[in-house]
Amino acid sequence: MIELNANHFLYLLQAATWTLLLSLIAFAGGSVVGLVVALLRVSKSRLLRGLAIGYIQLIQGTPLLIVLFLSYFGLGIMGYKLVPIVAAGLSFTLYAAAFLGEIWRGCIEAVPRTQWEASDCLGLNRFQQYTYVVLPQAVRLAIPPTVGFMVQIVKNTSLASVIGFVELARAGQIVNNSTFEPFAIFVMVAAIYFAMCYPLSLAARALERKAHVGR
Amino acid sequence: MSYEFDFSFLAERWPDFVAGAWLTVQLTVVSITLGLVVGTICALARIYGGPWLKRLVGAYVELIRNTPLLVQIFIVYFGLSSLGLKLSAEVSAVIALVVNSGAYTTEIMRAGIQSIQRTQLEAADCLGLTRLQTILHVVLLPAMERVYPALTSQFVLLMLASSITSQISTEELTATANLVQSDTYRSFEVYIIVAVVYLALSALYRVAFWLIGLVLFARKRKLGTAL
Amino acid sequence: MSDAEAIVRIRDVVKDFGSLRVLDGVGFDVARGQVAAIVGRSGSGKSTLLRCIAGLETVQAGSITVCGHDVGRPGSAARAQLRRDVGMVFQSYNLFPHLTVERNITLALTLVKKQSRDKANAKAGEVLGLVGLTDKRTAYPEQLSGGQQQRVAIARSLALQPQVMLFDEVTSALDPELTAEVLAVMEDLAKRGMTMVTVTHEMGFARRVADLVVFMHKGKVWETGPTDEVFARPKTAEFSQFIASEL
Repeated sequence: MIELNANHFLYLLQAATWTLLLSLIAFAGGSVVGLVVALLRVSKSRLLRGLAIGYIQLIQGTPLLIVLFLSYFGLGIMGYKLVPIVAAGLSFTLYAAAFLGEIWRGCIEAVPRTQWEASDCLGLNRFQQYTYVVLPQAVRLAIPPTVGFMVQIVKNTSLASVIGFVELARAGQIVNNSTFEPFAIFVMVAAIYFAMCYPLSLAARALERKAHVGR
Repeated sequence: MSYEFDFSFLAERWPDFVAGAWLTVQLTVVSITLGLVVGTICALARIYGGPWLKRLVGAYVELIRNTPLLVQIFIVYFGLSSLGLKLSAEVSAVIALVVNSGAYTTEIMRAGIQSIQRTQLEAADCLGLTRLQTILHVVLLPAMERVYPALTSQFVLLMLASSITSQISTEELTATANLVQSDTYRSFEVYIIVAVVYLALSALYRVAFWLIGLVLFARKRKLGTAL
Repeated sequence: MSDAEAIVRIRDVVKDFGSLRVLDGVGFDVARGQVAAIVGRSGSGKSTLLRCIAGLETVQAGSITVCGHDVGRPGSAARAQLRRDVGMVFQSYNLFPHLTVERNITLALTLVKKQSRDKANAKAGEVLGLVGLTDKRTAYPEQLSGGQQQRVAIARSLALQPQVMLFDEVTSALDPELTAEVLAVMEDLAKRGMTMVTVTHEMGFARRVADLVVFMHKGKVWETGPTDEVFARPKTAEFSQFIASEL
């Protein structure tokens, strides 16, 4: 059994950079797919809307851990062996897309009806309405809740530890296996997560306040 | 894709899934109830308490909301055990879930309680009600009614998050899935089934909360309007 | 009036909201069974004064005594006694929306006066009869008109059998038709001998029903006295202008 020392802390910090990387992958992927989901969700086609709603309900009603297991073990047994980071990236992307899609859908719908009418009267087609009038306004509304959701994304990356990917939580387990000081180690791990997430939470709240003042 | 789906293991193993689901339900019902109590008390502390109490509750809420549930569970199960407090997996799971749910519920209930207009409190005061009586009879139920959708969503999320307790060997639904798939190698089928069960549980919980809402909020049941 | 007869005694009350002085040395007495109408423009401090009498606001200087209790210095026992003696009706009725009319009335009876449900329900029926709303026992506030809700609010305070009732512009939020029904209830209460202090814009009601008129302007009492006298012989230009503008 090894004594807990500063090197262990550095190891945790190093793993935290993988947490951040995984979070960015999840956010980037989730944003791209999430935007598609949001646009489908508000489309005029009932079929497309239904697809989007079905996807959102499916993901929001399933634990992220199960999605992760399906991506890693499930696909693995079917012959598609994904390495942990890819399985994790895929799962987190699918998960984030559903939630971001819902959030952004709400923001698109919050843009006043009158904006649609005005741009329609100016002769813009639907694509132009979205690109030049509606989406820019929706984006401004979307920033506070999206930043807030980024906190969830960072926290969710801890589940990647379950399929063996060495991010912060897994690093904590590894250190614990050689030093057997679970309380100190996991409190340190929690502190590092807190240091990553709390600024995001504060930023989200500050953005929320500013958004209301601007009204 | 040459994968052949095979659900035959269900014939033999379905009782395991039922047992796992049942433990999930038990864990989450206990956690939801206690989490609501903790959340309500903390919300009241945050609104009516002195400056130190407010800061303490604020710190509790921020700490929990900015750290992952998995790590919180590890601290309770492995961490406390190393300090001498050995708890079973189920008890650790409940403690972690209650502490976690309590923090989110605090903020939801706080919003609800603060939405009760000051004039309601003044009227109760003028009628001679004590602060405690005012909270119990005038504030709490309308506050809960106002935030009931948010509470319901939060509790369904808690049920889904209980899957994480499988990592400390609590034998709930996800742990059961892991066990069965390691025995049968039918990973995809097993997890699909479990996903379906969770979806069914989510729907079931929403219906249950809706029914509870009908019972609690008599005025809403009779008049059908929002407060 | 001797101190022994005055049920509400206000002396040199000063009230600040931060740096703004809202009440600047206010004083008058109300005897048992009298109806006092406090009138004045918006911002004159009349509602603030009423809230001070009710114990909802603290005063920086001066004293308010109600039924022998010093309102300004609330220890919890004194406060509880004050609540029993003083009933308050608000401009926005403040009924509890999640409770029926009956339960709105019986809540304080069961919790504060510790009465049994049956006794409380009986009392509720009695006061609802006084305000003419017996058939609305099981209704919820949102099912009633503004005037009906205000009458229930009056009944709710009445049920506690206070010695003094305070009314804070209780008809200001109501349409003219609904105002009349509430004023009728108040007039009836006055006839039955209730001591009332009412802040009001209804000059006709004040002239007809009030025994004592208090005209407030910029935080001070500018005129006070028996109703007929005050209206017939205004001493100040401000009051004359005020009466003219209200007609």
